[in-house]
Amino acid sequence: MFSLENITNTTHTWLNQTFSPTLALLTEFLIVGVLVIGLFAVLGLVLVFMERKVSAVMQIRLGPNRVGPMGIFQTLADTLKLVMKEGLTPNGADKFLFNLAPFVVMITAMLILAPIAFAKGFQMWDINIGVLYVSAISSISVIGILMAGWASNNKYSLLGAMRSGAQIVSYELSAGLAVLSIVILSGSLSISDIIASQQNGWWIFKGHIPAIIAFVIFIIAVTAETNRAPFDLAEAESELTAGFHTEYSGMKFALFFLAEYVNIFIVCAIGATLFFGGWMPFHIGSWTAFNNIMDYIPSSIWFFGKTFFLIFLIMWFRWTFPRLRIDQLLNLEWKYLLPISMFNLLLMTFVAIMGWYF
Amino acid sequence: MIFMEVSSAAANTTVANYLPIVIQFIFAAGFVGTTMVATHLLGPKLQTKKKLQAFESGIKSVGNARQPFAVKYFLTAILFVLFDVEVIFLYPWAVNFMELGWQGVITMGLFMGLLLAGFVYIVKSGALDWE
Repeated sequence: MFSLENITNTTHTWLNQTFSPTLALLTEFLIVGVLVIGLFAVLGLVLVFMERKVSAVMQIRLGPNRVGPMGIFQTLADTLKLVMKEGLTPNGADKFLFNLAPFVVMITAMLILAPIAFAKGFQMWDINIGVLYVSAISSISVIGILMAGWASNNKYSLLGAMRSGAQIVSYELSAGLAVLSIVILSGSLSISDIIASQQNGWWIFKGHIPAIIAFVIFIIAVTAETNRAPFDLAEAESELTAGFHTEYSGMKFALFFLAEYVNIFIVCAIGATLFFGGWMPFHIGSWTAFNNIMDYIPSSIWFFGKTFFLIFLIMWFRWTFPRLRIDQLLNLEWKYLLPISMFNLLLMTFVAIMGWYF
Repeated sequence: MIFMEVSSAAANTTVANYLPIVIQFIFAAGFVGTTMVATHLLGPKLQTKKKLQAFESGIKSVGNARQPFAVKYFLTAILFVLFDVEVIFLYPWAVNFMELGWQGVITMGLFMGLLLAGFVYIVKSGALDWE
């Protein structure tokens, strides 16, 4: 049985036997860094390809099918083309902020990846405030977006950035409250503890109605937070050309694009961790035989299966719902989702204190 | 897993616990920097005056984009700051929820009640209405 935990442990022991502890440590840092960048590149390519194929299926057409078998090299070709393109900085732009914005957006996306558990015992950084860390760092990306919009000195960019800023900060409240309801149940902010608390069933099943409401709120809020349709006002193509990244070209544009897709992956991974048990296989209470059969499927497959299911859900939304207007969008959050999530949190505390969960 | 053992081996201080993030930050900055430099070196550099203008769907760009802006966006941001602080207050309570028991629930119910009263005031005063 292939297991990522064994591979990391073997590598760790081998490095420590071969080299001095300091050198082994440095090598491990290097390996992890290269792995993260590799994961980033692969995620970007896979998710863009997946998006195009999913949209093609939804609209009964073929999608990319020329470059490589089934068109799987299409996104790679697109990336190579973007690297070869000219990266312009417009005359009216604030040169420093304009070039700093892709850094901010991209670095935050990469930093949020740190506490996510990809498989059993395969976690880059197991910190005791995992969930709080994720919500804290993810709010920095809005600064990058506002920076890009302001520095461009373009009307479309500024409008897009303002809309995006208002939208991201608003929906963060609901997402935070939905996350809190799971923290109440598991009693810990650490990602590994939250996963361990779902040993005998995932929270979406154990937490009854409040957990389901929290999940629905969470998925709506993260769709808005990642600027995805039907909440893609920030880059509403038909009215704002490309929103906050109108003036960006070449690889600078590609970095924004990559960060957007990695953010989708991250929020879906967090959703899978909180509500569907992360890498935890599908367990039902004390049915030992059934649980043992489920354990035969590797934990990484469980994690990526759940995450990609949620990503598919978010892509499905895009081709199902029409775009909202900015006032409708903010009304939905402030007048409906926020009160609902507050009451849901109170309901969840009641359920938890009465011990009405398994 | 790799980093966990690292931080416990090095020193059990809080600063050492955050070392992986510093390393991650350096790698991320390096990655973005490398791609930016690569595209700068590989791409063509044909800069004309028209190309460097702000894009306005093909017509000549007019005026400056940095003008006074609808105050509603600012109001939304201010309200966010208020409510986000409340949500952050809830985090430590949620972690210690089981130990605090009913007393904690009542205290937090009071807190949420005050918060909701403020929220009702915001809605009634029309702060969230767009014309």
